[in-house]
Amino acid sequence: MQKEILEHGLNMNRRRFLSRMSLGLGSVALGSLLIPDLFSKSEEETVLTGLPQFAPKAKRIIYLFQNGAPSQLDLFDYKPLLQKMQGEDLPASIRMGQRLTGMTADQAKFPLAGTVFRFGEYGQARAQISETLPYTASVVDDLCIIKSLWTEAINHDPALTFFQTGAQVGNRPSMGAWLSYGLGSENKNLPAYCVLLSKGKGNGQGVYSKLWTNGFLDSVHQGVQFSSGENPVLYLANPEGMDKEDRRRMLDKLSELNQASYAEFGDPEINAKVQQYEMAYRMQTAVPEITDMSKEPESIIKMYGPDCLVPGTFAANCLLARKLSENGVRFVQLYHQGWDSHGNLPAEVRSQCKDVDQASAALITDLKQRGMLDETLVIWGGEFGRTNYCQGALSKENYGRDHHPRCFTVWMAGGGVKPGVYGETDEFGYNIAKDPVHVHDFHATILSLMGLNHEQLTFKHLGRRYRLTDVAGNVVKGLIA
Amino acid sequence: MPKRITSVVLLMVISISVFTFACNNQKSGQAIPETVSYNFNIRPILSDKCFACHGPDANKREAKLRLDIADSAYAPLKETKGGFAIVPGKPEESELFKRVSSVDPTYQMPTPESHLGALTDHEIALMKKWIEQGAKYERHWAFSTPQKPTVPKLDDDKWAKNEIDHFTFKKMDEMGLKPNGEADKERLLKRISEDLTGLPPSLQMMDDFLNDKSDNAYEKAVDRLLQSTAYGEKMAVHWLDVARYADSYGYQDDNIRTQWPWRDWVIHAFNENLPYDKFITWQLAGDKLPDANKEQILATGFFRNHKYTEEGGVIPEEYRIEYILDKTKTYSKGIMGLTVECAQCHDHKYDPFSQKDYYSLFAFFNNTKEVGYEGDVSQSKPAKNPLLTIDNEDRKKLMSFINFKDTGSLTVSVMGDQDTLRKTYVLNRGVYDAPTYEVRPAALPAVMSFDTAQYPRDRLGLAAWTVNKNNPLTARVYVNQLWQDFFGRGIVKTTGDFGMQGELPSHPELLDWLAVDFMEHGWDIKRLVKQIVMSATYRQSSKVTEDKLSIDPENIYLSRGPRFRLSAEFVRDLVLASSGLLVRTIGGPSVKPYQPKGLWEMATSGRGVLATYKQDHGDALYRRGMYTFIKLTVPPPSMIMFDASNRDQCEVKRSKTNTPLQALIMMNDPTVLEASRVLSQVLNKEQTATKDKIAKAFRLIVSRKANEKELQVLNSYYEEQLKLYKDKKLDAALTLKVGEYARDEKLDANQVAALMKTISTIYNLEETITKG
Repeated sequence: MQKEILEHGLNMNRRRFLSRMSLGLGSVALGSLLIPDLFSKSEEETVLTGLPQFAPKAKRIIYLFQNGAPSQLDLFDYKPLLQKMQGEDLPASIRMGQRLTGMTADQAKFPLAGTVFRFGEYGQARAQISETLPYTASVVDDLCIIKSLWTEAINHDPALTFFQTGAQVGNRPSMGAWLSYGLGSENKNLPAYCVLLSKGKGNGQGVYSKLWTNGFLDSVHQGVQFSSGENPVLYLANPEGMDKEDRRRMLDKLSELNQASYAEFGDPEINAKVQQYEMAYRMQTAVPEITDMSKEPESIIKMYGPDCLVPGTFAANCLLARKLSENGVRFVQLYHQGWDSHGNLPAEVRSQCKDVDQASAALITDLKQRGMLDETLVIWGGEFGRTNYCQGALSKENYGRDHHPRCFTVWMAGGGVKPGVYGETDEFGYNIAKDPVHVHDFHATILSLMGLNHEQLTFKHLGRRYRLTDVAGNVVKGLIA
Repeated sequence: MPKRITSVVLLMVISISVFTFACNNQKSGQAIPETVSYNFNIRPILSDKCFACHGPDANKREAKLRLDIADSAYAPLKETKGGFAIVPGKPEESELFKRVSSVDPTYQMPTPESHLGALTDHEIALMKKWIEQGAKYERHWAFSTPQKPTVPKLDDDKWAKNEIDHFTFKKMDEMGLKPNGEADKERLLKRISEDLTGLPPSLQMMDDFLNDKSDNAYEKAVDRLLQSTAYGEKMAVHWLDVARYADSYGYQDDNIRTQWPWRDWVIHAFNENLPYDKFITWQLAGDKLPDANKEQILATGFFRNHKYTEEGGVIPEEYRIEYILDKTKTYSKGIMGLTVECAQCHDHKYDPFSQKDYYSLFAFFNNTKEVGYEGDVSQSKPAKNPLLTIDNEDRKKLMSFINFKDTGSLTVSVMGDQDTLRKTYVLNRGVYDAPTYEVRPAALPAVMSFDTAQYPRDRLGLAAWTVNKNNPLTARVYVNQLWQDFFGRGIVKTTGDFGMQGELPSHPELLDWLAVDFMEHGWDIKRLVKQIVMSATYRQSSKVTEDKLSIDPENIYLSRGPRFRLSAEFVRDLVLASSGLLVRTIGGPSVKPYQPKGLWEMATSGRGVLATYKQDHGDALYRRGMYTFIKLTVPPPSMIMFDASNRDQCEVKRSKTNTPLQALIMMNDPTVLEASRVLSQVLNKEQTATKDKIAKAFRLIVSRKANEKELQVLNSYYEEQLKLYKDKKLDAALTLKVGEYARDEKLDANQVAALMKTISTIYNLEETITKG
């Protein structure tokens, strides 16, 4: 531990030193795409003061975002009362006039809908988990299940944006960009912040590149989207008919010409450019090696499920996330679409769970067996929850649920979190009964696990010091081991 | 070790000689000026370290003390009996000085809990001297009407070409810097060509300019470029960032919209050289002008370019308010250079804008007829109310600048007010459903009073207030944005923040002189542009010496010419223009060139016509970068990677990064590869020696003649490649497959491929996409 603090301190000193140096040499980009010793110009990089004095518990994050908002009431937050009161109107004393979306605000009634799924109790914390998540239930003792998350947004776009950037609107940096900015890169061949997308069969809501934006931070901190096509990173592959050796020949000539230009102009940007071409060249080797699943042993394939060999599936992305993480990628962000179950919820939830359950659990197990779970924080959850009352027609077997920002469930694992169940909702599953965790608190806690003080990770932009947590947020001590 | 570094810095600074005041006074080790200025030395410290708790925001004010106003700072302290924050002339009796210089954590300011950080020794020394000298407050420089300063006299004005140079030379002199000589003719031509048209010079232009030995050869070249229609396109790109122009509605379903006729108008307005006061007035309130014509109404599309939600289930009023907030932000940031939006939720912490001021400004836009929600994506239309319909007749007459092949009508979203005034309330914490008290439209009083005898309380009144010559910001802000375009850095570095927290101008007198001169000459944009590019300051060579790099790494004092990477759009334009592929049509619906597969499909909800990317073919593949279709949720990747704005919000400044992803684009983007192939084909058809072909390609792409060394390196690469193709180590057919442009099968494939690779290498030179 002492050693970690020391190493951390050294890193910070190096950063500060570089930042100081920047007064004389053009600032240093500390970003996701940077070779550690390379000086590069970055317009608005400022000196960070007072970065972490404490050792990080987690070094890396894998965020399994469940886009569209999974129903907490059908997965983790079991409410037998809803089954008992099936079809009865949501009492006004519970709703308390809180706002609803335009989709159900005009409904004459708000009939309560109990889950169709069976729940069981699992693990030391006796956590309740739905039958649709058997694999997740099997790793329950590693999970920190937060039942009391809440957000301010009630529609997908602002809610997602809020989760990823700490603000509902505005072009703010995303969480991964903040971490890239605050902690820099751990490797020389890969971006520090990678984004992987997949789609389920349920009602989908789009994702958008603003979610992995660098905002006002330097664009070296933006998330690099991996795709499942032949080119995992945009423009990575050499054109047809050109191999690695041939690219090397070209780069050698190019560097010879660029160096002559440097001799004439003396602009440090020219050398920086040469270095960036070299890193591009290294990425061309490193990325295909990582995305190649063919060398994974049978046991791993079995663990993640056969889908993990189908590029672009959630399972394949989980396995890829593990490999990226293993190679020092600071932040791997997954998005899995399809959780927006306004209608036909039981069937959609079943199908969504089938897509994600096994691989999510496999990722935990896999990280654990590699000794990586302690320093890798895994997060699973959506942008808000779903209502306890039915949207549209309610039958015994079928119902839908509208958006519900006031309470929902997210789980975390590894990276220094405390396994167990945190927070409680009321018996209607409508309001939080105990230990609320606001999105800002959630962000503050994640940064804290990464060794960063959320009030000190700031960037001055247009006259104001911005933070991921805006002007709020408290570290939730109860979530930390 | 740290101490030694500090003393070295100190020595350096002293050896640079007297340094009276400068733009950035926060660097340590700097000498204390003879007279400490509130605006230049003290306010930046107070603003950064004190105003958060002792500034304009009444709700967050601690100990009832505010330090941004002299009367309050000199008054007896309310919570410390017998104490005073500032006693002019007596730092030792001033609580402010005692606290900022204290090391006692229970007493010092800023408090450790504020995380604002203690003042540096230098800042403390400044504070002390300022109080000793009487602690005189001054009005914020940017809120005082600019006066035209006297142009500094120079002992030796051989170097200077116009007034700009007098100001910059004087500053260089103070810094111990000497200007560079003029750049060589070839590089100069590329510089003006890129800056005035966003395109590299053609061979003809290069030859003409090199052969023109007359004294005014440069001016002639400038005039020709200013007359080119590409000038309007180049100038429009920055304004499209300000106006957050895009081709889709944004938010998650992100369907298509028709706002491009407004974009065509912007190009037209620059080419017609519409004076800036009119340019602004039309965009702010064209619909309210007496006898407004359709062109003037179209201009108001400026305020309708922002995102519109089509997500089912939203609460309409929440979004209607969001749209007005966006309009307010675009006006204040893009035109006024202010960060007014802080006052959306609370009184501004640094600038003298109250929440009431904010909503009074907001009220100008709040009377629009638009609604928060017109239905979900299944009911999506090309424009949202209020609309302007442009029919074929309009396009034959007044609006011939709109490029539309069809004869049908177009609809565009524009501004239009309700007949009965919608009431505006101050929204508590900026929340749409928390109205408090009512306010009436009024512009920011701290900037300039809004005299209702002179200005009506509507957008037309706001426009008149904005372009009034006494308005301290409008001209300065635009002059600064233009300056940034040419020099890579504004005279005020924080282009979007002229307020208290913004950086001070590096050349305050120059900025004021340019702003006043601009207004005196009828807000003539072309004249201003010409003034800048005719200056010796602009025409300097961009060579950097170790010396200059150490004294002035960022080139704040302009002792060398600008040298930086081209903007995203112009990288593409350079590739297409130099290869001969560029299709020079102006305007029209945006186009969809090559893009990596699956990007839109991966991120879509599956709804709307933009769920899949339907790439265009033929001419549409070779249009200028500014016409590439911008889908807000998935903006064009090759643009974003080169730091283009994502058009989510008003932007006044792009960053200029250098990343491996950019290297990958230049190496592997089919656009660049196809351009290399096509240019290779063209050159292979010419009956010239290989060496000449390479030399010509180099000249077309880099805009100068290659030197012997460069030719030798490229030739050896060509020969090496040719051999590999001939020996079947590489397959020419594969290399040549790229792009849809027809292949010339009659040519020798090996030679075309080898030359194509050589050309592609030239495209990857650092200098190619650099304006230097």
